[in-house]
Amino acid sequence: MQTEKVKLTRDLMAARAAQEFQDGWIVNLGIGIPTLCSDFVPPGRRVIFHSENGVVGYGHNATGEEVDPYVVNASVQPVVLMPFASIVHHADSFGIVRSGRLDAAVLGAYQVSANGDFANWKLPGAIGGGIGGAMDIAASAKRVFLCMEHTLDGEPRLLRKCTLPITAPGVVKLVVTDIGVFEPTGEAFRMIEIAPGWTVEEIRAITEAPLIVGDDLKVLTV
Amino acid sequence: MKDKVLQTFEEAVADIPDGSSVLVAGFGPGSPSNLIRALYFQGAKELTIIANGAGGIGGAGRAGVITSGTLVEEGRVRKVIAAFTASTRPSRPSVIEQLQQAGKIEAELTPQGTLAERIRAGGAGIPAFYTPAAVGTELAVGKEHRIFNERTYIMEEAITADYAFIRCWRADTFGNLIFRRAQRNFNPIMATAGRCTIVEVEDAIVPEGELDPDQIHTPGIFVQRLIKIPPDGIQYTGRLPA
Amino acid sequence: MQQKVFDTFEEALSDLSDGASILIAGFGGVGSPANLMRALQLSGAKDLTLIANGAGGAGLVEEGRVRKVIASFTASTRPSRRSPVEELQQQGRIIAELTPQGTLAERIRAGGAGIPAFFTPTAVGTELAEGKEHRVFNGRTYILEEAITADYAFIRCWRADTFGNLIFRRAQRNFNPIMATAARCTVVEVEEPIVAEGELDPDQIHTPGIFVQRLVYIPADGIRTVGRPPA
Repeated sequence: MQTEKVKLTRDLMAARAAQEFQDGWIVNLGIGIPTLCSDFVPPGRRVIFHSENGVVGYGHNATGEEVDPYVVNASVQPVVLMPFASIVHHADSFGIVRSGRLDAAVLGAYQVSANGDFANWKLPGAIGGGIGGAMDIAASAKRVFLCMEHTLDGEPRLLRKCTLPITAPGVVKLVVTDIGVFEPTGEAFRMIEIAPGWTVEEIRAITEAPLIVGDDLKVLTV
Repeated sequence: MKDKVLQTFEEAVADIPDGSSVLVAGFGPGSPSNLIRALYFQGAKELTIIANGAGGIGGAGRAGVITSGTLVEEGRVRKVIAAFTASTRPSRPSVIEQLQQAGKIEAELTPQGTLAERIRAGGAGIPAFYTPAAVGTELAVGKEHRIFNERTYIMEEAITADYAFIRCWRADTFGNLIFRRAQRNFNPIMATAGRCTIVEVEDAIVPEGELDPDQIHTPGIFVQRLIKIPPDGIQYTGRLPA
Repeated sequence: MQQKVFDTFEEALSDLSDGASILIAGFGGVGSPANLMRALQLSGAKDLTLIANGAGGAGLVEEGRVRKVIASFTASTRPSRRSPVEELQQQGRIIAELTPQGTLAERIRAGGAGIPAFFTPTAVGTELAEGKEHRVFNGRTYILEEAITADYAFIRCWRADTFGNLIFRRAQRNFNPIMATAARCTVVEVEEPIVAEGELDPDQIHTPGIFVQRLVYIPADGIRTVGRPPA
């Protein structure tokens, strides 16, 4: 009997990324899927979430009575404050980023290449762009993790080389897609986890860069 | 997560090795007197001290009070970066000046605002910036000059250090800090620019969640060690010597 | 000393003329000076330069009243749909300077702090670093960025006193304190009633009143919502 092919939901992708967060880490979450990560901190670990808009020490996404419209994350969604929270202004917020204090940052992307470049600020045909804090964060965070769908409209997004303008060169350490977990290794992506129901060949077929698979390949579970 | 609160100043400075660089806050109030005293007794030498003044005015100051100047006097400091290194009396050179003359200490005089900005830049990941301060004076000699909008500026480089000695009013166990009035001065910026930031706390160290986030001046992510000043510790009672 | 408190947003902006440059605070609408933006719209001023995180501008861009924007977001998030800024860029009718958000914040902070330029690692190796001066410090490459200052800053705060000392509430803070320092004329819309000097604790003030020229309390029928309406 064949296992049904599973594509991870946004929540599951965020939860998988959040498994990487170590106790005591300062972690920045970017707009979109990444801001879901603060809902999935592994039990027993204290993570200090930093939001580019100056909130230092926020927690899960707020609902109902918890919502304070003055307390929002990078996606401008309300979040709760941890007991150790503080607020800084925007220059100081990016001072925290630029001085290398982020242990990890989780960002979205349009494309990622095997050498760790990624692109997330300018779409084809766009004249302008949407940089936000991504370039600052990507340039200075200790680790950049991406959460992104593996393909868009059938087009692969894990590439040999990004075709879109890049956000930062060579910084990506881990890519969580809706069908697996990958590490950029220079010339190829190493797949370390595979979503249930998928075969390596199926994933290889929709990955434009070379794919390396080791004997230690695991099924992605969250 | 590791507990940041320590019981004694001795523990807080015990692992500071010879050759360390230390940012020392304070401008009158806000001087980390207990930490300096503990460092003095700990014995570390070959130190680099970055402070507004490092014993430059009138030497070691009031009898019995150990300051950065005391460390300088006893030959424990190999370099000072400060806005004050000289005495105000030509007839009575400061300790730093005497040691400079004897070739035993390196003293880098820097304008106070530039010093503050160099430290802020260091804590904010900015390696260098331009300022108008000191242009046309002795202190600009040898520095890169550049014109922006028809005005001349000089380039200054960031300062970071191994340790930052901080003094605050209130803190929580996460290390969030609140300063009281003019005690603030160099404290918040130095707290960001030391790899290990150690804080002596005057009023109270409260549990997380007790301080209003909007009132916190320094987020605890910058702080590694906290010690509450005991009743028999060095309290602040008025102007301390530089 | 000059009275800083104004009764209406219109009065507070009465001398804002064509060609003005304006820093506009806010992040996703939180801490955004919505009332001042509405007054600006009604004023008819044009040929403006707007500096903000996002290049929205309360319809001003669409009306062709903006000559230049400096922002960290200028494009639409949908590939199929151009943003108003992009439309005008295409027609050569607006200059849009895209800048990373942290660099933007620091450029404004530098402007308010008398620093003309500084080095940052952000954007090195990307398109945005092209044409910029590169320099190596301690084995790492940085680029030179220049300060931003403006004629006006539009600020939104929680509490203020008549001297113009300001306190912000939570994530409303964002660009407000730094923009307040970087303009010749800082205009503030205040959410809570403006109190007398001496009522605010000096240690709790986020922006000293020396940076503030004009204050307007947001009346009951003003725009009092915080941020975007819930999705």
